[in-house]
Amino acid sequence: MGYSFLTLAAQAWSRRRSWEPVWRDAEPKPEYDVVIVGGGGHGLATAYYLAKEFGVRRIAVLERSWIGSGNAGRNTTIIRSNYGEPGNTAFYELSMRLWEGLEQDLNYNVMVSQRGVLNLYHSDAQRDAYARRGNAMRIHGIDAQLLDEGQVRDLTPFLDFDNARFPIRGGLLQQRGGTARHDAVVWGYARGASQRGVDIVQNCEVLGIRIEGGVVRGVETSRGFIGARKVGLAVAGNSSRLAAMAGLTLPIETCILQAMVTEGVKPLIPGVITFGAGHFYVSQSDKGGLVFGGDIDAYNSYAQRGNLPVIQEVCEAGMALMPMLGRLRVLRAWAGNVDMSMDGSPFIDRTALPGLYFNGGWCYGGFKATPASGMCFAHLLARDTPHPDAAALRLDRFASGSVIDENGLGAQPNLH
Amino acid sequence: MRLTCPYCGERDAQEFVTRGAAVGPRPDPAAPDALRQFHDYVHLRANPAGISVEYWYHAAGCRSWLRLTRDTRSHAVLDVQLAAS
Repeated sequence: MGYSFLTLAAQAWSRRRSWEPVWRDAEPKPEYDVVIVGGGGHGLATAYYLAKEFGVRRIAVLERSWIGSGNAGRNTTIIRSNYGEPGNTAFYELSMRLWEGLEQDLNYNVMVSQRGVLNLYHSDAQRDAYARRGNAMRIHGIDAQLLDEGQVRDLTPFLDFDNARFPIRGGLLQQRGGTARHDAVVWGYARGASQRGVDIVQNCEVLGIRIEGGVVRGVETSRGFIGARKVGLAVAGNSSRLAAMAGLTLPIETCILQAMVTEGVKPLIPGVITFGAGHFYVSQSDKGGLVFGGDIDAYNSYAQRGNLPVIQEVCEAGMALMPMLGRLRVLRAWAGNVDMSMDGSPFIDRTALPGLYFNGGWCYGGFKATPASGMCFAHLLARDTPHPDAAALRLDRFASGSVIDENGLGAQPNLH
Repeated sequence: MRLTCPYCGERDAQEFVTRGAAVGPRPDPAAPDALRQFHDYVHLRANPAGISVEYWYHAAGCRSWLRLTRDTRSHAVLDVQLAAS
């Protein structure tokens, strides 16, 4: 059923009795053309675009748990395209443009809110770096404004501008950035994919990858063998485990990233604000809670739960930026397993194994990339050639030297 | 998380710095396929979900390099030894 004013009015008139589940919980079939492992935002978006844009039939999305139960439900819902490195800039802008049309495309309210992303700078050197990044964005047709201190004061008067150690000198603003509702993104893509015949199979854990004659034939799952001509992995956080089933070693380490939310308050923060002198970013959810996070926990972990010292560090950074934060109580803190790649940038590529395709390495920036990741991975799966905007996201870029290292930190993933 | 340093005893994990998986010696730069070996050594990771052997440094303590065995799924520390031993 499509959503429109008329259907809403008709449902209200009939006391909402005829609403149906928005997507079909499918039983697995013995064989598919494309099997996508991972029912998060990226996997479901891939299935949606495969069916809609590339006309592929017989697609399944396999999810170990329930859809959206991993990082799709654990992120801080920020969308932006303020990247400065070739290879990233055009890719994230493709994502931003898809976000802007996503609700009309999906006929589903994913609550995209372009309330602006403001990166603060605290020194002359940082201003110059942000000016350079903003110029790189504008050359690619992306909006970016370099604000001075007065303009930032007008926008966010509650920040600690005269902090003795980290005075705020200005910021780089991307007004088109903002937030989206993460669960709705999962449900919207699931609905769109399901309407186009994609089988979404939950509680179906992949236990092995069947390889015959050097070619992928399908996946062994907790619900039996499922044959496939092509298998796409979209399991960020667990990429290394899945790749190991096919005998592959990846340039990825798994770390945990924590996020926190406070009690709900009246509208307080106009957009997304990031601290330039420490790692801290904050936005306000539509429910009123301040959602914030910072650095990853320093050591590798698959535990999906974090450590108190990191929470303390994030809160200290928050207090340095925004002292009024101390008046609020933190309601919840949680963590997700993230794929940390060796240069801080993701992968959408074929693997050395024919029939196996890889999407991962999203570090802590996977949510904003969801639409473009799905579009580009679908392009790769359907046509066997990379999407032009994702051509740089290759697995062999460390061998060729074409790394995309936004922070210039090298192969030390816990620093990215 | 707390770690038991062989010199200093049980200490807060914040005193330590992790260096990552304890993989074997650096490849031989004179080997014919040294470029490939160094690529794998620097950039590829086993990244196990389970038992992991890692180098840690007791930065705010005795400044020893340690070889730590722990479970990446539960954060349980199973063994700590001096890396030099």
